[in-house]
Amino acid sequence: MKPEELLAMADKTSSDLDRYEHRIHVCTESGCISVQSDVLLKNIGEEVKRRNNQDKVCVKGVGCMGLCCNGPLVRVDDVMYQFVKPEHAGVIVESLSAQPIQELLCDTGQPFFARQKLVVRDNSGRVDPESLVDCVAHGAYQALLKVLTTMTPQQVIQEISDSGLRGRGGAGFPTGLKWSMVAKTGGRDKYLICNGDEGDPGAFMDRSVMEGDPHRVLEGMAIAAYAVGAENGVIYVRAEYPLAVKRLTKAINMARRHELLGPNIFGTNFNFNIELRLGAGAFVCGEETALIASVEGKRGVPRPRPPYPANYGLFGCPTLINNVETYANVAPIINKGAAWFAQIGTEKSKGTKIFALTGKIRNTGLIEVPMGIPLRDIIYDIAGGIPDGKAFKAVQTGGPSGGCIPAELLDITVDYESLAKAGSIMGSGGMIVMDETSNMADVARFFMEFCMTESCGKCIPCRVGTYEMHELLDRICEKRGTPEDLQLLKDLCDMVKQTSLCGLGQSAPNPVLSTLRYFEQEYQNLIAEAQAARGQVTQAITGEHIELEVLP
Amino acid sequence: MSAVTSTTQSITLTIDDKAISCRSGETILQVARENNIDIPTLCYLEGLTVWGGCRLCMVEIAASPKLHAACATECTEGMTVRTTSPRLKQYRKMIVEMLFAERNHVCSVCVSNGHCELQNMATKLEIDHVRFPYRFPRMEVDNSHDYMRLDQNRCILCARCVRVCGEIEGAHTKDVKGRGVLSAIIHDLDEPWGDSQTCTGCGKCVNVCPTGALTHRGTAVGEMTKKTEFLPYLTLMREVKL
Ligand SMILES: Cc1cc2nc3c(=O)[nH]c(=O)nc-3n(C[C@H](O)[C@H](O)[C@H](O)COP(=O)(O)O)c2cc1C
Ligand code: SF4
Ligand code: SF4
Ligand code: FES
Repeated sequence: MKPEELLAMADKTSSDLDRYEHRIHVCTESGCISVQSDVLLKNIGEEVKRRNNQDKVCVKGVGCMGLCCNGPLVRVDDVMYQFVKPEHAGVIVESLSAQPIQELLCDTGQPFFARQKLVVRDNSGRVDPESLVDCVAHGAYQALLKVLTTMTPQQVIQEISDSGLRGRGGAGFPTGLKWSMVAKTGGRDKYLICNGDEGDPGAFMDRSVMEGDPHRVLEGMAIAAYAVGAENGVIYVRAEYPLAVKRLTKAINMARRHELLGPNIFGTNFNFNIELRLGAGAFVCGEETALIASVEGKRGVPRPRPPYPANYGLFGCPTLINNVETYANVAPIINKGAAWFAQIGTEKSKGTKIFALTGKIRNTGLIEVPMGIPLRDIIYDIAGGIPDGKAFKAVQTGGPSGGCIPAELLDITVDYESLAKAGSIMGSGGMIVMDETSNMADVARFFMEFCMTESCGKCIPCRVGTYEMHELLDRICEKRGTPEDLQLLKDLCDMVKQTSLCGLGQSAPNPVLSTLRYFEQEYQNLIAEAQAARGQVTQAITGEHIELEVLP
Repeated sequence: MSAVTSTTQSITLTIDDKAISCRSGETILQVARENNIDIPTLCYLEGLTVWGGCRLCMVEIAASPKLHAACATECTEGMTVRTTSPRLKQYRKMIVEMLFAERNHVCSVCVSNGHCELQNMATKLEIDHVRFPYRFPRMEVDNSHDYMRLDQNRCILCARCVRVCGEIEGAHTKDVKGRGVLSAIIHDLDEPWGDSQTCTGCGKCVNVCPTGALTHRGTAVGEMTKKTEFLPYLTLMREVKL
């Protein structure tokens, strides 16, 4: 499409939307659909039609509004409703001309909403992810237009570098630097990959971005492709995310139809295409070299780096690989400027981060907060603290590659550096909260079991090491452990961390190391109980032996 | 591995206090071997693509906090490499111990007893016992081929057989299935070896296998010796250059 056409489409759709008297937004992401929000949306549509109000009331399915535990969430003009059931459709439509329904009200002034800062998710809950025109009316593809018509690739890279954006896939590598490395490689055959594998237990940030605002991901990728000089992009999504796959497929098709993807975008000589590839659900396929092997149709196992994908990636070509959330940050940076972005967050960690809150916490769901927010504020304000009068014990960040942070460290800020100092990592954004009833050795065993079953099996330290560590943790948790087992476990942690081939193995010991760092006493207690039980067994045996002797 | 190295330069580096010069593009392992410095390896085989799976070749490089796999790390100007240290020895021992704990390596009844790279490695690393819990998995022996046999109990998953089959013979009969400790070597789509339509029966896999996992049938305890004369020519036998 031509630049004027995009602007015309945005204007027309906006004014169409303005004509409605009321707006009803129903969350249609996986979480709410699991409690029938799709039926609810259909019912509301029918109720509106029955009253012949289609011209006055806009009903649409939108992306996640965050408070997943209270779903389905519905926004009606300025109020939000929670726990809405399909049979509520009638009363909701009825209430448009009356008072809001008190029993369903969800307070949008509560800290859960008030303390968030929406950059990546600012359109989630506002736009219909399945409608290109609706997204365009809310600003989609404006950044791409600006980039293609007014900026050189170098300027784009400079802008991203200045913003201080760092990769959201886990390691926090500076995005601008990565782009410039790929841009510098010669040749025209380059690839762009969007990493949507998201395999950590308890994480669903990327899923939500792909389901709730897929065009933002496509736009970010197109801008990156222009900056590094690539013409072909691949989005790698796990097949366990059928809704994300469906929405991305639809988004790509619509963007192609409107010539926002394909040859000569906006009448310039920039061409860009995106293909979807589905992963079969292996955690290790989130690792960049394994992902590339998988896209090439090979077995998804990592290979030694260097060469890094920036030099030798997909089919041997220079390849830029970034996370979904990283790409989703690009359009806002271009629209509002690097300086705007850089003033959010801390000195070394800029912008916001999406976290998936799960575990023993009142408000489970998705939040987007500025980097540098104190962990305590997330747990007690936003997440509402621990339910059932229990005490907070620890929070696991970074999933199976991360570590746990105990109550004494709740005042640390959430950014790449402080989390690393506390022995954990930012990771991709999972936050699993544990209360006093959790045993930390058991928590470590859970994550080790995950690593053991997800290890690709290529290198010995990870393949056998995770098995052996799991075996030792199992002994300790089942009160069969000895002090020697604990020592062997510590030795293994060190060895597996130092010698494994890829990040999976190198970080697999982290949950054990961090629980040992803060909660070694719990391991010691389990071992002491095991020793005591063994003592009793020995006594029982010797006792029986004596009895046998006195028999006539 | 790296994209075309257009010009070869001369590089100087230090390995174990010895000043050495080499060509750019050479790996630490290659240069060490050319200079009679021994770095233990199990998965590396000259002429096959670098696998980087056994992690025995890990070395220390001055000013780097990490360990590096010598087989997969190219030499750079001024690099200072240490191929052995108490820590490295400890790690290497643990790795080989783990292999013994992973499957059923009962040397006394193995056809490769006395001619086995794993056994020799254990001796070299002075392993006298295994500290880890044994898995004792139940594993299959594939006896379906006319004159070759795959005994999963002895396999260390070094993937040499997979690489020689795909890269040199061009058959790609062998591959790996599964994940983690449940990984296993398969033929075609996990069929009995004897039923394979792609296996040419060349026997290269048997000869590159470091253990008693791939052997000739009809051999008794200790009788299996591998023919290794062709190994120095693997690089020349390749159609696709490394
Ligand atoms: C075991 C493992 C799993 C990973 N899984 C993911 C993932 O699910 N999503 C992701 O974006 N990055 C994942 N990564 C990180 C990627 O390798 C890569 O660093 C990242 O996609 C780069 O993007 P970024 O610079 O935008 O963060 C994983 C890394 C490892 C070692
Ligand atoms: S560390 Fe684990 S996942 Fe990574 S290559 Fe080694 S075995 Fe595979
Ligand atoms: S069969 Fe032999 S060569 Fe093949 S992976 Fe196993 S040990 Fe290595
Ligand atoms: S020889 Fe380098 S990892 Fe096996």
